[in-house]
Amino acid sequence: MGRIVLENVVKRFGDTEVIPPLDLTIEEGEFAVFVGPSGCGKSTLLRLIAGLEDTTAGKVLIDGEDVTEVPPSKRGLAMVFQSYALYPHMTVRKNIAFPMRMAGMPEAEQKERIAAAAKSLNLTDYLDRKPGQLSGGQRQRVAIGRAIVREPSAFLFDEPLSNLDAALRVGMRLEISEMHKRLKTTMIYVTHDQVEAMTMADRIVVLQGGVIEQVGSPLELYHTPRNKFVAGFIGSPKMNLLEGSIASQHNAHTIGVRPEHVEVSAEPVKDAWEGTVGVAEHLGSDTFIHIHGIEGCDPMTVRASGDFTVKHGDKVYLTPDASQIHKFDDDGLRIP
Amino acid sequence: MAIVAQTTKFGTVGRPIIAWVVALVFFFPIFWLVLTSFKTDADAVKPEFLFFFTPTIENYLNMTENYDYWHFALNSVVTSVFATLFALFVGIPSAYAMAFNPTRRTKDVLMWMLSTKMLPAAAVLYPMTFLTKSIGLFDTHFVIIIVLALINLPIVIWMLFTYFKEIPKDIIEAGQMDGVNTWGEIKEILIPLAWGGIASTALLCFIFCWNEAYWTVRLTTTDAATLSKLIEGNRAPEGLFFGRLSAVSAAAVGPIVVLGWFCQKQLVQGLTFGAVK
Repeated sequence: MGRIVLENVVKRFGDTEVIPPLDLTIEEGEFAVFVGPSGCGKSTLLRLIAGLEDTTAGKVLIDGEDVTEVPPSKRGLAMVFQSYALYPHMTVRKNIAFPMRMAGMPEAEQKERIAAAAKSLNLTDYLDRKPGQLSGGQRQRVAIGRAIVREPSAFLFDEPLSNLDAALRVGMRLEISEMHKRLKTTMIYVTHDQVEAMTMADRIVVLQGGVIEQVGSPLELYHTPRNKFVAGFIGSPKMNLLEGSIASQHNAHTIGVRPEHVEVSAEPVKDAWEGTVGVAEHLGSDTFIHIHGIEGCDPMTVRASGDFTVKHGDKVYLTPDASQIHKFDDDGLRIP
Repeated sequence: MAIVAQTTKFGTVGRPIIAWVVALVFFFPIFWLVLTSFKTDADAVKPEFLFFFTPTIENYLNMTENYDYWHFALNSVVTSVFATLFALFVGIPSAYAMAFNPTRRTKDVLMWMLSTKMLPAAAVLYPMTFLTKSIGLFDTHFVIIIVLALINLPIVIWMLFTYFKEIPKDIIEAGQMDGVNTWGEIKEILIPLAWGGIASTALLCFIFCWNEAYWTVRLTTTDAATLSKLIEGNRAPEGLFFGRLSAVSAAAVGPIVVLGWFCQKQLVQGLTFGAVK
């Protein structure tokens, strides 16, 4: 259960077209991530699927059934919000029970499911507290608990980890991924964080200006980005995009090379690009070096090993891995 | 230079004095009213008995024996309670709709509602009187309840709207995702969350209904007449009987002053809500 299809879906707010006609299929059991910069329409797209926004045109199908006109309460989906959106006047237990109570589930079964959800989310000791007495991470667990118990045909996550601190975010990311492996339910996850997208997704949908730039597995997007936007958006640190004479040598308008695909040397190397170190960021395992003076790309970021020590102003010589150079034409599209 | 809040001598001494003076000025009419209500009609107009007089409860006895105070009081309670309930019954869904599903015209609708308060009541006095008489609703509880509810509806909706705006939309949407219908959203989420605001609104609406005198005096004679009408009815052709009038007035404002006293916190919150986040 849980195949979601968008057919020619359009969303306009007044005269502004937020989502131009768009087709998308999310397969049953898939973990799909919508990613893009803020304002790209990813949350709107999720809300269209949820039914919290009306489509201006087009159809939304869940398991083959047209739900375009069906209110959110009848779509059988569960959503986890960035703000957690717990009911502040109810205890954790009542929050989790709420969707089941609304569905008229027998009390005995409700209790069973609450206990199971609380156990899997480490909330057993907090069931009688109100949301205000919980930490951010616990609140988000309650929100997830509330989503799980109703056994929805798909889970929708709207930037659920954005309000958590960095350490907690990594932990919750793993929990959600594990939950997906366990439940095998379709999940759609919206984030602006490409690291979350890369680590969690079966398939990533990259959006910009309401348009799908590319759909593919994390590694497909990493290795064969369809255009300059995807190339620059996926991967951390970002891919270096070079224009000008260096790009012309490769018969392209722009070439892209990822920081991890550039060999960096402190000694002069034949045919290398020569630049000056701006800032070197030492992370221990790696060193990210921001280099000035390379034509058509300033600064260029490269990844060196953790023990590579350079300082501001040092000359370095860069050799890109020729097999890992991405070429783009005038329109920013990939040249095969 | 650090900015330090300084406690001046005026702040510690002058401010309480001013507060007391203002409070006494506001309270004085009530005090005067109560004092006069214990004087005979003759004593009430004599300056020499200003503060020192022989108190009498004759006026109060007279009020219950001759004027049927309880009939008017009951009418006041019934019309105010039902008008408040009716105003909330209409106001809660309206404010809910405007707070959570606003359209481009929502602000205009709100302003239009408020603008109805700017219409002088006298402008519609004759149409209202003829209308109620011609459909046989003159001097009925029904018409008073409807009129009281309608004249307070703009304020009720504005207040509720302000309270509801404070509730994050996500919570309502979470409710929708959890399978509640519109009525469920109102009953299960909105009302419990905005309970304090709804109570303040109801209280204020009740007070406004209780104190309303223009329509309650003009659209009733006896059956649906409220305490306002009772006070007005004490205008005898022979002149004003201040003692009697004061007793009636004191008995009319008494319940609402007591209610207001007990609900001070809600009232202050209701009147200042939304001013500061």
